[in-house]
Amino acid sequence: MATVSMTVNGKAVTGTIDPRTLLVQFLRENLRLTGTHVGCDTSQCGACVVHVDGKAIKSCTTLALSLEGASVTTIEGLAVNGSLHPMQEAFREHHGLQCGYCTPGMIMAAVDIVNRRGHALDEQTIREDLDGNICRCTGYHNIVKAIAAGAEAMGGKAMDRKDPPRQAAE
Amino acid sequence: MSSQSSFATGIGASVRRKEDHRFITGQGRYTDDINRPGQTHAYFLRSPHAHATINKIDTKAAAKMPGVLGIFTGDDLTADKVGGLICGWMIHNKDGSPMRAGAHPALAQGKVRYVGDHVCVIVAETLAQARDASEAIVVDYGVLPAVVDTASAAKAKTVVHAEAPDNTVFNWHLGNKDETEKAFKAAKHVTKLDIVNNRLVPNPMEPRAAVGDYDQGEGAFTLYTTSQNPHVARLVLSAFIGIAPENKLRVIAPDVGGGFGSKIFIYAEETVCVWAAKKVGRPVKWTSDRSEAFLSDAHGRDHVTHAELATDAEGKITALRVKTTANLGAYLSTFSSSVPTYLYAPLLSGSYDIPAIYAEVDAVYTNTAPVDAYRGAGRPEATFVVERLVEVAARELGKDPAKFRMQNYIKKFPHQTPVIMMYDAGNYGAAMKKALEIIDYKGIGKRKRDSARNGKLRGIGFSSYIEACGIAPSAAVGSLGAGVGLWESAEVRVNPIGTVEVLTGSHSHGQGHETTFAQLVSDKLGIPIENVSIVHGDTDKVQMGMGTYGSRSGAVGMSAIFRAVDKVIAKGKKVAAYVLEADEADIDFADGHFKVKGTDKTLDFGSCALQAYVAHKFNGQDLEPGLKEGAFYDPTNFTFPAGVHICELEIDPATGTTHIERWAAVDDFGNVINPMIVEGQVHGGIAQGVGQALLEGAKYNSDGQLVTASFMDYCMPRAGDLPSFDVGMTVTPCPSNPLGIKGCGEAGAIAAPPAVINAITDALGHEDIAMPATPQAVWRAAQKSIKRMAAE
Amino acid sequence: MYAFTFHRPATARQAAGLIAKKEDAKLLAGGHTLLPTMKQRLASPGALVDLGGCADLKGIERKGRTVVIGAMTTHAEVAASPLVQEAIPGLAYLASHIGDPHVRNRGTIGGSVANNDPAADYPAACLALGATIVTNKRKIGADAFFTGLYETALEEGEIITKIVFPLASKAAYAKFRNPASRYALVGVFVAKRGSDVCVAVTGAGEGGVFRWPEAEAALKTRFTAKSLDGVKASAKGINADMHADAEYRAHLIGVMAKEAVARATGK
Repeated sequence: MATVSMTVNGKAVTGTIDPRTLLVQFLRENLRLTGTHVGCDTSQCGACVVHVDGKAIKSCTTLALSLEGASVTTIEGLAVNGSLHPMQEAFREHHGLQCGYCTPGMIMAAVDIVNRRGHALDEQTIREDLDGNICRCTGYHNIVKAIAAGAEAMGGKAMDRKDPPRQAAE
Repeated sequence: MSSQSSFATGIGASVRRKEDHRFITGQGRYTDDINRPGQTHAYFLRSPHAHATINKIDTKAAAKMPGVLGIFTGDDLTADKVGGLICGWMIHNKDGSPMRAGAHPALAQGKVRYVGDHVCVIVAETLAQARDASEAIVVDYGVLPAVVDTASAAKAKTVVHAEAPDNTVFNWHLGNKDETEKAFKAAKHVTKLDIVNNRLVPNPMEPRAAVGDYDQGEGAFTLYTTSQNPHVARLVLSAFIGIAPENKLRVIAPDVGGGFGSKIFIYAEETVCVWAAKKVGRPVKWTSDRSEAFLSDAHGRDHVTHAELATDAEGKITALRVKTTANLGAYLSTFSSSVPTYLYAPLLSGSYDIPAIYAEVDAVYTNTAPVDAYRGAGRPEATFVVERLVEVAARELGKDPAKFRMQNYIKKFPHQTPVIMMYDAGNYGAAMKKALEIIDYKGIGKRKRDSARNGKLRGIGFSSYIEACGIAPSAAVGSLGAGVGLWESAEVRVNPIGTVEVLTGSHSHGQGHETTFAQLVSDKLGIPIENVSIVHGDTDKVQMGMGTYGSRSGAVGMSAIFRAVDKVIAKGKKVAAYVLEADEADIDFADGHFKVKGTDKTLDFGSCALQAYVAHKFNGQDLEPGLKEGAFYDPTNFTFPAGVHICELEIDPATGTTHIERWAAVDDFGNVINPMIVEGQVHGGIAQGVGQALLEGAKYNSDGQLVTASFMDYCMPRAGDLPSFDVGMTVTPCPSNPLGIKGCGEAGAIAAPPAVINAITDALGHEDIAMPATPQAVWRAAQKSIKRMAAE
Repeated sequence: MYAFTFHRPATARQAAGLIAKKEDAKLLAGGHTLLPTMKQRLASPGALVDLGGCADLKGIERKGRTVVIGAMTTHAEVAASPLVQEAIPGLAYLASHIGDPHVRNRGTIGGSVANNDPAADYPAACLALGATIVTNKRKIGADAFFTGLYETALEEGEIITKIVFPLASKAAYAKFRNPASRYALVGVFVAKRGSDVCVAVTGAGEGGVFRWPEAEAALKTRFTAKSLDGVKASAKGINADMHADAEYRAHLIGVMAKEAVARATGK
């Protein structure tokens, strides 16, 4: 067993865990934060996406011990003081979810897209940047709409990181 | 049906979903989120072989491993008189004899029949310990040759089940054979196609899971599980498998992360978990990982078909015939036998007036995962056959495919087809006209030329689908071999201050029942939607129900609610008559108020509820206190949603990449309660249909190993694979239920595959492409087109 | 996963010490190949030495006519680096097309190069740009580094510390993704340095990343996509699997090479 300490949704947490423990297991089993889901075992579906130090990662493919001292935000930490994050609100408003299973990862990925690419997102950009998130219910139509609207609603917030400009030939 | 309510949340409004708050904040409660005190973990040792005898299972060393609480085999189930898994639909052969089904034990009995088949289960303190122990179990297998291929399974030397020596579960037929043969003889033109409907893995994003719990004091079991129909699960686990009597078995299906059919069935893992909870005296949890899901969830489709369409000199379709072989896998899953029979052949008339139809279906066993209903179940297979035949016939006859369809549409209703179905209402031409407008069919020639200038091939493809939904009435399905009735139940409980709980036998796993059902009740009772809660998925709360599949929750489930609400209003009128001191016949109910006709005396719904419970104004002998009513609704017919989808796409012949440019969908679902939710169902269905057409295909190698066993190889549709969809609607209310609803859950998945393939073959100029039309397949087909064009 | 002990050194030197001491130890970089493999119990290291805490393995800098990238630099960092975007835009583009956005936030250049997956993207860039792989022991040229499927010149316990990419006058990458896995079904990196042209192909070779001499010769004459008209990659030695047979892959090599050259020449 080993000890790990990190900040999860603004709170300092410490756990004594088997080194095998993945971040998603630490969140779900140790902290009982069950909003983060597991939908595959090959790091593709994105149901497990959380933010670590402000960047979206797949919590099923990261050891909890690798995140000593890190700051983790999960879907449970997105709403502040009970008021929904604009991206959560947008998913509800635009029917961007059906069964809800991929939704936490999808929303965390969506916020990450906005953090990287700003708040004016075209459809193609959103679709390409959803490459790491699979939804089986919605056909993505309303997810794309929700993210565009959520991005706009988030507008004005600080956007530090920028991905490279898209090449014309893409 | 229009809204009677003054609320903006009434019938026909795109009310935002009540259930969403918990999902978008991470507060959903799925089966794997549930942990019971003292919980243990189950791991299933699965067969690595497609076909083998089990000579010995040595668990001695494994049993001594750390944390191991129990290792159980098929013999332990037998010793406890736990029966095998069942198939709930009896199909008869052409000669009237019953289908030939082999046993389906939850844990293997001397033989394994597919890779992933359940050899034994290990229950341990942790999942890692259970898995560690599984590696110490020594199984002595006698490996046998595997039967894998659908088309040749009946001729294989290897036999999957001794009960079916030619691997044929049944040979079944439907339709008018003699008239069909006559019509083909008289035909001016016959279109022939060989079609493979590719095997799919449903892959709801939430993998299956189960937590079994046993209360020693009560002698009662609880099973938390990922089910679309917890009551059917309880019925089967109780009456057939023999876990416990129904009053000692509670099945709870909490939030379920998608089903698409795959969570209808009663599987080995759930059965074993609940049984093992008593065995080890502690709760037992199992959660499938995606790899297990690929191996052991029931797959879908997998048909091989030869199909022919006869037309006369005027281009009128005169007959259709098919010979289909359907792969049902290694065992008969819960509803497997109904899928290639009564959910398939009765739809072979499509939207067309076809006087003679004859279908022959052989179902075969193979050493592959069981195959059962997957979104659309039989109807996508039928629609693919019909819409490919019709498209190709139009091309062969030199007719415009849209006009050819319109020429042959059924135009008078009701219409009796030669294959059971009595279509009750529809207007197929209206849907086609609307879809042609949306897609701008007139401009397709120019768009094709523009694409050609850029070195691309553009194609347009139609699909004019029809489906039979609701999956009822009970007497009808019973006469066709169903083991259960297919009604639905509802109970409307009015609380003393007028809030309402609606208990429904339908189950929501993404469909938004908590919103749509509440809309209906709020609208009818004239109370705010916040005052209505929907309760489902728990056999201790909801007395009985048949669950959600076959696009039936609206047409059947909501009709039951509708009836129960009517009863509540009727009872309310009696209460109001006492309170308002009027004759019951003089009480009207509208806008949430009981009114005495011709007076200004009123009683609002909440006050009426209170009066019903305090019972001060009437005598208990004349009127029972309380306000709670139930209904079981059994419809009078299937429902027949129909519509036209048009796909326009562009192919890059250099790489074979297909890009869907536009999608027009015009569906007739009858009356619609919540258009936002209905459109969402259409979007999702189309995505799965596009997945089947372009991306998805489960493949076994000749040894019976599943080679597409993860998302690394089985291609799930992603956002970038799909366009936005243009969705329109036409409405002809359904006459067979009080709400006029037809059902929308499967439409997209049924409509989409032929639309895509018709568009690809239009672009290529020849018909030689199979599903999934992967870049490699399209590239190769495009090379052929280019060569041919060069030769011309 | 099987049980293992976990170590998180703060420097590459400490990491080297740990990996030398522990029997059966493996280095953990971004973990996006190793952890899924371990989850499926297909790998069972007794110890993991996590390089994530080694600050000296991170960072991107320009050194003369080269770009130097620390082994633990993530794909997202390479993709978003203004320095890389300016100096070798094709490399930034390649990094921005690995896996998906979340994978790019964890996956590292060192991990990718050390793993030498035959369908990985970075090996093509290393080979085409003539990169030097620097380890805690030595410097290895890319042409000597990639030795076969999942095989490299790395010795037991040797740690990649950085990768040095010489600048190119023109360079670009084009990739045809496996529709399911998003790995390269075929990826082609072209680079022109002086009169030298290098065309490196990933995803397609039975033995991993390889150079395509016929295309290089054609492009030396004139560095334009048109020069590749009629130059066909042979299907011999090309991978075949359920997604693409050798003939199709060989064809895609030609298409992707042209696309890469067009991109490199801004056409």
